[in-house]
Amino acid sequence: MSSFYGVDLGSRLLLGTARYPSPAVLERAIKASGAEVVTVSLRREGGGGRAGQSFWSFVQSLGLRVLPNTAGCHSVQEAVTTAHMARELFDTKWIKLEVIGDADTLQPDVFGLVEAARILSQDGFEVFPYTTEDLVVAERLVEAGCRVLMPWGAPIGSARGLNNVYGLRTLRAHFPDIPLVIDAGLGVPSHAAAAMELGYDAVLVNTAVAEAGDPVAMARAFALAVEAGRAAFLAQPLEPRDMAVPSTPVIGKAVLGG
Amino acid sequence: MRIFLNDDVHDVEPGTLAAALESLGFSGRKIATAVNGRFVAAAARPSTSLSDGDRVEVVAPMQGG
Repeated sequence: MSSFYGVDLGSRLLLGTARYPSPAVLERAIKASGAEVVTVSLRREGGGGRAGQSFWSFVQSLGLRVLPNTAGCHSVQEAVTTAHMARELFDTKWIKLEVIGDADTLQPDVFGLVEAARILSQDGFEVFPYTTEDLVVAERLVEAGCRVLMPWGAPIGSARGLNNVYGLRTLRAHFPDIPLVIDAGLGVPSHAAAAMELGYDAVLVNTAVAEAGDPVAMARAFALAVEAGRAAFLAQPLEPRDMAVPSTPVIGKAVLGG
Repeated sequence: MRIFLNDDVHDVEPGTLAAALESLGFSGRKIATAVNGRFVAAAARPSTSLSDGDRVEVVAPMQGG
């Protein structure tokens, strides 16, 4: 069981809802993942458009908790305004806060992120900041009121996995009581398992599932990996060693000369 | 009066944000709004007056990661 702002979740896999081949595949993938939280967003819609209303009906039919994002925001004001619109639209205090600093890597603007997190936390939001693995930035985010941190594994959609395992391990050790979620950059289930083996509380995946050849099967594979990684972490894995240690006891071995 | 709604130019009668949205087909829709970059809650739309040249943003739910 993992707890985010007092909400206990059975599944440690959070799933994004974008880029699926069809709504039907998305729905099946969500079910296969076992996710209890799905991320959503908001975009412009004209007077004649109905896509947003249709998606809203779909989201409601899922009966799951939603985590709206501020994807695409490049300034503090933009992110704060988007968060307010999301809170009203989705009726939740949760916000996945993204303030993008670089268009090529989609790296967070951590300075703007901390400022926006402070503004939103003071306004009653429960902020899930999309950040880097930088320890000092993480401290500033916690000081700003964040009670969950979401460091990237790698750039969004890059499928590169955990780029800085050392940094992520340090973050985990430094914040033993703050729920940590790997957000972005995972490509295959083994990446998710590795994150969970580091002691992370959950992972958030979108593109790796949505753009797989079989999104439904991949959603299930990620669910299994997350479960396996968590179980492995709790089982206290062996520390790596430089030299071999025989697994078969040497004492009592027959002496056969030579 | 001319306003920009999601960057498109519209001619609307002088009045409130709620009235403008109704005239442009947004009645009863699941939307959120901002005017000139500032959030305007649904409850505040009837009391929010628009001025010529105002930039209105109207957003709806969509898929996201």
